Formats: sequence, structure tokens, C-alpha cells
Amino acid sequence: MDNLLSIVTFIPLIAAIILALFLRGEDEAAQLAAKRVALATTLATFLISLAILAQYDPSRPGFQMVEEYKWITGFTYKLGVDGIGVVFVLLTTFLMPLVIGASWNVTTRVKEYMIAFLVLETLMIAVFAALDLVLFYVVFEAGLIPMFLIIGIWGGKDRIYASFKFFLYTLLGSVLMLVAIIAMYFEAGTTDIPTLLNHSFPSSPISILGFQIAGGMQTLLFLAFLASFAVKLPMWPVHTWLPDAHVQAPTAGSVVLASLLLKMGGYGFLRFSLPMFPEASALLAPFMMWLGAIAIVYTSLVALAQQDMKKLIAYSSVAHMGIVTMGVFAATQQSVDGAIFQMVSHGFISGALFLCVGVVYDRMHTREIAAYGGLVNRMPAYALIFMFFTLANVGLPGTSGFVGEFLTLVGVFKANSWVAFVGAIGMILSAAYALWLYRRVVFGDLIKESLKAITDMTAREKWIFAPLVVMTILLGVYPDLVLDITGPSVEALLEGYKTALAGAADAALQLATN
Amino acid sequence: METIILFAPLLGAVISGFGYKMLGERVAITTATVLLFLAALLSWVVFFTFDGQTLQIPVLRWIDSGSFSTDWAIRLDRLTSIMLVVVTTVSSLVHLYSFSYMKDDPQFGEGESYKPRFFAYLSFFTFAMLALVTSDNLLQMYFGWEGVGVASYLLIGFYYRKPTANAAAIKAFVVNRVGDFGFALGIFAIFYMVDSIRFDDVFAAGAMLAEKNINFLWMQLNAAELVTFLLFIGAMGKSAQLFLHTWLPDAMEGPTPVSALIHAATMVTAGVFLVSRMSPVFEYAPGTLAFVTVIGAVTAFVAASIGLVQNDIKRVIAYSTMSQLGYMFAAAGVGVYQAAMFHLFTHAFFKALLFLGAGSVITAMHHEQDMRNYGALRRKIPLTFWAMMIGTLALTGVGIPASVLKLGDIPIGFAGFVSKDSIIESTFAAGTSVGQFAYVLLVLAAAMTAFYSWRLMFMTFYGPQKGDAHAHEHAHESSWHMTVPLIVLALGAAFAGMIWFNDFMGEGVREFFAGAVFAGPGNDVLEQSHRIPELAASAPFWAMLLGFALAWLFYIRSPRIPVVLAEQFAPLYRLLLNKYYFDEIYDFVFVRGAKALGRLLWKKGDGAVIDGAINGVALGLVPRVTRFVQRIQSGYVYHYALATVIGLVALVTWVSISGGTN
Repeated sequence: MDNLLSIVTFIPLIAAIILALFLRGEDEAAQLAAKRVALATTLATFLISLAILAQYDPSRPGFQMVEEYKWITGFTYKLGVDGIGVVFVLLTTFLMPLVIGASWNVTTRVKEYMIAFLVLETLMIAVFAALDLVLFYVVFEAGLIPMFLIIGIWGGKDRIYASFKFFLYTLLGSVLMLVAIIAMYFEAGTTDIPTLLNHSFPSSPISILGFQIAGGMQTLLFLAFLASFAVKLPMWPVHTWLPDAHVQAPTAGSVVLASLLLKMGGYGFLRFSLPMFPEASALLAPFMMWLGAIAIVYTSLVALAQQDMKKLIAYSSVAHMGIVTMGVFAATQQSVDGAIFQMVSHGFISGALFLCVGVVYDRMHTREIAAYGGLVNRMPAYALIFMFFTLANVGLPGTSGFVGEFLTLVGVFKANSWVAFVGAIGMILSAAYALWLYRRVVFGDLIKESLKAITDMTAREKWIFAPLVVMTILLGVYPDLVLDITGPSVEALLEGYKTALAGAADAALQLATN
Repeated sequence: METIILFAPLLGAVISGFGYKMLGERVAITTATVLLFLAALLSWVVFFTFDGQTLQIPVLRWIDSGSFSTDWAIRLDRLTSIMLVVVTTVSSLVHLYSFSYMKDDPQFGEGESYKPRFFAYLSFFTFAMLALVTSDNLLQMYFGWEGVGVASYLLIGFYYRKPTANAAAIKAFVVNRVGDFGFALGIFAIFYMVDSIRFDDVFAAGAMLAEKNINFLWMQLNAAELVTFLLFIGAMGKSAQLFLHTWLPDAMEGPTPVSALIHAATMVTAGVFLVSRMSPVFEYAPGTLAFVTVIGAVTAFVAASIGLVQNDIKRVIAYSTMSQLGYMFAAAGVGVYQAAMFHLFTHAFFKALLFLGAGSVITAMHHEQDMRNYGALRRKIPLTFWAMMIGTLALTGVGIPASVLKLGDIPIGFAGFVSKDSIIESTFAAGTSVGQFAYVLLVLAAAMTAFYSWRLMFMTFYGPQKGDAHAHEHAHESSWHMTVPLIVLALGAAFAGMIWFNDFMGEGVREFFAGAVFAGPGNDVLEQSHRIPELAASAPFWAMLLGFALAWLFYIRSPRIPVVLAEQFAPLYRLLLNKYYFDEIYDFVFVRGAKALGRLLWKKGDGAVIDGAINGVALGLVPRVTRFVQRIQSGYVYHYALATVIGLVALVTWVSISGGTN
């Protein structure tokens, strides 16, 4: 199949269209039909996406399964994946059936809900497979809309505030990225990503309003992209939209947000910032690494002070994404491998943790930590699952959470021991906030009257967690499943990065000697 | 065979933890125990048949990223084989003991299946500990290191309804993480310098590291000194050395078999194992070694001093453990890793014995742990009494001074006498000022050890009966599940020192260790330790006698003395009773500090500064925002979505068209 990527990308969208056109009514039968269609679609998408994995040849870095169609003049529809893209496509297709399964209790506007998630899946896959800059921009930004709707319609009581904050943050980044894309087009004459990856954007200093800008155009482009990616990831200090968005989003929305949407930021760094603007990256790398390290310590401390389960996990997410930032810009094989691994692993673990909150939220309709306590007495299965993911979240060796964190820090240490030192403090803090949360919610005697009748997880809930448990252990014990795929692509990426830097250094030297 | 040893406990953990509903409780926990005994049996076979050839058995690839390449693998050398028998022997006996000890636990109600969970944790711990000691690279060691930490966390918090147990569990994990933080940085630094974390490569790089410098934070440091120092931070956490020790006494919140297995015989000795394992690098780091000796000796002294005044029977033994671990580090610090390992080996027997004995006392006394409510128990529970007597004789180091009588080259005495004297003699023989310092502290600590140990024995088994009369009336000996382990360990506590002296410290040492520990150029402290002056060699013996005599005087002869002393030296007494206020200081600075800082960053940082700034930017938009919000509220969110889509399409079209003309 030559257009496997397109098939995987569009199946969810087609299903969404079918739902929109043909499913009528709001009765229970129609709701169930919508859920079943969505579940079947996402499952089918996942199964077909396994063929991508089978077809992908990890030993060849560079883009594979490339499809290209000219659309309207100048605009090209082009898909393809390298080792980095393929793991994110798979992560998306793997998680979506679980997300749908976790939404089985939704009762309002079920059809629209399922359509929103299906459209979102198409857009997310397209983000990770797009090989044209304009296409990337369109799907990257369009992904906001379903998410915005999911929070705005199916969210909690302060959903308006949260979605507004989300919007405001994203707006600025989008505009700047768009300007950058246009500038890149005028500079390079194409929006083709593989071509742009080989284009060297000018980096000689320019001065604007009397300010000398080191790294010149590259720096400006880097910063424009950063504005968008930093918000997405999110990086400190533009992270404050995330806790609010998570708190207001429905459980499935939180899962998608934490597990997949955040990853677009990290993916963007790897696809654009590092390889396309190498000199600007090298120039700003210390700054970026420090932002990552600060994020880890800062948000871990803030997590310690939270009284809302979801907010706590949201802050923990920001800390974990700090590791990603650090890893990418340390630009060593281990740190970048680790950063990618961390994103994949965080997809499973933070998704599972938000699902854990969802389980008790569905029963008690509160996320207040103080409203719980002693759940283990009535919910042993829940206690086990929650404990497992808590430990995975603190990076216990043997779980996937460890591999990403450790590998990243190994690589970062090579680049800058200070950053590694500060970042590693997160190991201590994460243990503190995660175990303390667990203790307050699950351990202790069950005293609260309201909890006396709480029931343990249902079979459906267990089935949703099972694949996540399996992946977390499997990747913890045998991480080479992912590392073998990403490794060669990362190596090629860093090769290019270093060559570009060496080239720039040579040019500078020549300039100086002339 | 090594693979079976490693995975049998894991299998047991899985069967017991997940299979008990299908198999029934009894079968599940029996299976776990049988598997452990199998592992123990095979470990002894390995121990006796090990031929000096280091064996490496790869199991599975683990993490491969560029030159960072690690496998799951088993490394078998003498150090491993020693740890295998220590871990599996104590663990299997503790499994057996727990059959009875964990029966009808008052913490749990009728019909609650807590036993399979307990056995699963125990077996899982054993697996993690074995993974630690059999590792062939630093990363797998780290896996085991954190794995035992989690098992310890789960078992300390086993009584999850007790707030104190939960707090102690978190404290143990977090304090250990502080150590692990150092350990991890050590691994990063080693990989940075050596480009490998396999033991073979790292060991070969010892001399190279000593000649190189590394930039770390603002410092330029000798690479060997830095990596060993960082690794030792990890060892300090796990082995509860001073400053990172506060979790160990609290860990006594766990059931007593756990204290015996994890917090006495095995896990807490992992730090000593780490230092011995890494001896090819430590030997090139004289600065770190001096630090190790000082920390070890000071810990031995401080912990023993706290032990003098504690009243909870388990806490006395816990401080004793901490103190004895200090001894081991002191030995490692002067380069006699053999003595450290020897004491680790014998200590496992007699300390597990003491803990299990204490557990037997606690069971007999209806879960009373305060020694002030004991007394006169030696006739009620004679077997326990004799077991603990042997444990005490071993711990305090009772034996015949070598100058008086020897059996060939072998000193005569209980296990602790032989191994502890080896340590004290080594520190003296080191001939350095640090060594002298350690020697003095360790001899003083030996006197205190004798005092608190005999104090424990006298308060528990002698004197008048105190406390709840009802509990005394019903005090009775435990079932065979509990007494058999006591007997087996008592044999070890009595004879292990004499049996293995030759291998660990005597003529056979070279052949026995077969290169598993490394002696740097010019390190002949081990040989020297056999030739120190008689007076210096017999000092610990006299110290021990002094401690015994004082304990007898204070708790048998005239029990008024300790009361008077406590009043006379009230500030000192309170200082010791409150454990030098470490907990209070740490709680104030770190725990409250971190929480307060977190709140500050949240409310002021995220709230006032960041959101404030963004709201400020948005100020100009406010009127529009209000209208916008009203719209969404009235269900116009689709309009927004539509507008966004239209905007996007327009932008794309513009780019496309301009692209066409370009």
C-alpha cells in the first residue's frame, strides 16, 4: 500500500463525517451507535497503523512512506515519517481507542463528542506525518478547535475561563509561527520540509532598531516557532494555561491533552527548531536547557502545594516536559533519545494518571484531594493501578518512566552538569508530591461517610488500564522497542546539526581571516 | 542456576500477589516460601562451588542509545556469591517466620487477604535485592537499588491504615531518593568519563579516572574523587549513614519480619556492597575513602549513643543496625573491603536473629514494644531468650582475646567478635590520622554497643515484671515457624565468624575473593591488621566488658542510677532521647520549607506574576473578551470555531497564491 499514511490519517475523519451525516437522534440507541462507531474506527485505525510500523525500516533514517500530491497552486499535500514521527503516529493511534473507551459514560451530545475526538485524531496523526510546512501549520492549529470545543462544551463549571486562557496563550504563538513560515517560504522558495531541512537559513547577525541580533534570521525564526511550541509543550513560564485547562476538561480531554497534544511541542522542536535553525539552537541551547531545568524544580514544588488532584498531575506533566526541553537542547544522542522516550512514556503514564482521577471523579464528582482518603479499603484494584502509575510517574526503574528520565539526564550531564544537577532534583521532588498525593487519597482508614459506598473499578475501566500497564512495563524492561526505531533518525538529526554548526564555524573563521 | 536464583523470588511474588484468589491464601504463600528456600539452597551451592572465575550471563538487552548500552545480565563473582547467600538465607527464614508472625494481625479485619500481599512484597523485595547484587552494570544495580526502595516503602507502609506507617514509608522513600540523586549523578559522571557503565569497563578505568579532572558545577575536580563521592551519597542513603539516616528508625513502623530482612540484614547493607563492588575506583580516590571512614565512624558512634536511651525495643535494634553499618563503612574506607563484607555477612545473621527475637517478644507481649513494660520474660519464652542471648553475645563481640587463645590462626568468639575486631584492627592498622580517629570512635562505640544491648536484655528478660499484667500472664513461646528461623540464625551468629575467618580475613583471603575486591597499589592494611600491638587489639574486648558491667550495674544491681543520671544530665539525656533533633530540623527546613516554597511559587509566581502579566497584556482586550465570553456562554462556540477555520483557510490560500506567483 503506497498511501498507508493517508489511510491511517483519514479513517477517523471519514468516520466522523459518516457520523455527522447519517446518525440521527439523541436517544440511547443513537448514543450507543456513536460510541461503537468511534471505538471501532479508532481500533481499526490502530490495527492498520501497525502496518506502518511493520513497513518502516528503522535502519534507514530519513523519511519513508512518502506521499505527495499537488493541491492548489503552490500548496502540497505531503506525508511521510521518520523514526521520530512514526512513534508519535503509533502513540496516537494506540491511545485513541482507550480515550473513546474512557468516554463511555458521556451522555450529553454524544455524537458531537465522538466527532470531535475523531477529527482530533486525524489532525494529530497529520501533525506527526506532515512533510509540508503549510500542511503542518494547518493541522497543528486546527487541532486546537476540537480541543477547544471539548473543554468548552463537555468541560467543568469554569470551562469558559479555561478555554479562554488556552485560546489567549495559543493565539500569539500561532501568529508568530505563521509569520515565520511565510518568511521561510520567501527565503527558501519552498514549504517542503525535507528540502527545508537541508536549507541553511542565514545566521549572520542583523540589527533591528539598533539591537544586534546574534544568529540573525535563524534566531528570529527560532523564537517565532518557540512562541508556539513553548506554549504547547508547555514550557515554564508559559505553562499556566495547562492546569486550568486540565481541571476543566473532561477526563478523555485531559488524556488527549496530556498524552498527545503536549507532544506536538516537543515534536516541533525536533522537526523544526533543532535541524532547521541549528546555529540559533546552539546559541539558545543553554537558555532552553535552563528553562527546562527550572520548569522541573518550579512545577514540582508547586505540585507539592496542590489541593486538586488534576492540578497536581497537570503540574507534574509540566515538570516532565521540562525534561524533554532539556533533553532536546542538550543535543546528545542519549538526551534526545531520552527526550523522545520520555514523551512516549509520559503519553502512557500521565494519560493513565488522568484516567485514575477520572475513575474517582465519576463516582464522587470532586477532584478535591481532601474529599478522599482510605480508598484502598473499598477499591483494592484501583489502589493497585494507581500505585503502579504513581511509581511509574516518579520514574521507577523497570517502568518506562525511568528510561526517558534517566537517559535524558545522562545526555544532559554531558552537555552541562549544572543543568543535569538541577534537573535531577526533580527525582526527589516527584517522589514527594506523588507519594504524598497517593497517601492522602488512597491510604489511611476510610472515615468519610461519603466514601463508604464507593465501588471498585468496573471491568470496562480495568480493560482501559490494561494496555497502559502492559506498555509501561514492556517499555521499561525492553525500551529498545522504541529506541531502535528512533535511534538512527536521532543520530542522523544530530549529525546534520553538528555538521551545520561546524560549517558555520568554518565560515566564521574564513570571514575572520579574510 | 544463577538465573533460577534470581527469578524464583519474582515468580513467587507474582504467584502470591496475583494468584492467591485462584490458589487460595495458604497455597500462594507456601509457594512463595518454597521458591525462596529453593533460591537459598541454590545460592549455597553456588557459594561453595564458586571457582574464582567471574561469570557473566546476559539475559536481555535493556537500554541502547548510541554508546550508552546496557543489558539485563547476571555477574557472578565472590562478592555476588556472598550477597546471594546472605539475601536468600535470611529472606527464606523470614518468609517462614512470617507464616506465624503475620497470622491474625490485629491491624486487619476478619476475611481481609493481607498475607498474600505481604509475601508478595517480601518476595518482590528479594528479587530486587538479587537484581542489585547480581548486576553487571551500574544501571541494573540502580534498578535493584530503587526496586528495594519501593519494596521497603510498601512494607513500611504495610499497615496502611496507620498514619504513622504511611508517613514513615514516604519518608523512607524520599530520603532514599536524596541518596539516589547522588548515585544517579555518579552514574552520569562515570558515563561521561568512561563512555560505558559496564563494570568491566569502569573497573579498568580506575587509574585513568584518578589522572583526569572533570568539570562539575562550578568546580574542577579529580574524576575518581567525584564519581566515588557521588556514588557514596547513594550508599549513605540506602545504608542510613549520618545525615541521611532519619528514615531508618521510623522504618520500624513496618512489621517486624520486614525490619529483620530489609532494615537489618540485606537492603541497608547495599551501600556497603556498592562501595566494595566499586573498590577498583574507590581505591584511586583517597579523599572519598577518608570521607567514607569518617562518616562511618561518626555514624557508628552517634547511632550507638542514641541507642543508649531508647525505650522501644525495635528502635534500639534499629540504631544498633545503623551503628554497625557505620563500622562496615569505616573498614571499607581504610581499604579493607574484606572486613566490611565479613561484618556484613555475620551481621546479617545476628541482627536478623535479634529482630526476629524481638518480634517473638512482641508477639508474646500482645504487640507491646516499650521495654519499660517488659521484664522477667526469660522463663516465659526461654527459647526466644536464648536466641536473643546468642544474638547479643554476637553483637557485643564476646570472644577470647587473640593474645590469650587462638585456634590456629582463627580467633575464638561469636560471629560479631571476629568480624568487628577485624574492622577495628583494620582502622588501627591503616596508620593514618583518619584511621586513628575511626579507631577511637569505634572502640567507644563498642562499649556503648555492649551497654545498650545488655540494657535491652536486662530490661526485657530480667528484673521484675512491669506493665500490663494481663500481657505477662499470656506470654508464651511462638510456634515452630518462628522458632526454627531463630535456631538457624543463632547457629550462624555463633559460628559464622570462626568458620569463615580464614576466607574473609585470614590466609585464604586472596583465593577466596579472587579479585572481586581490589586493593590499590600500596594498600596492605589487611596484612597489617594482623600485626597491630596487643593492647590496641584487645581494646574492644575491654570496652565490651565495660559496657556490660555498666549495664549490669544500671539495670540489675541498682536501677536508680539511670534515673538519677537522666536528671543530672538532663540536656544530654534529652539530646540523645530526641535523636540529636535531626528530625525536627529536617522537617522544619526541608519538608515545611518545600511546601511553603511550593505555595509561594503557585500563588505568587503562577498567580500574581505570570497570570498577572498575561492578564495585563490582555487588558486592552478586556471589553472584547467580555463580549467573547458572553458569546461562548450563549452557545456560540461553533461560531468561533467556524471563524477560526475561515481565518485559517484564508491564510493558507494567501500563502498558496503568493507561492504561485513567486
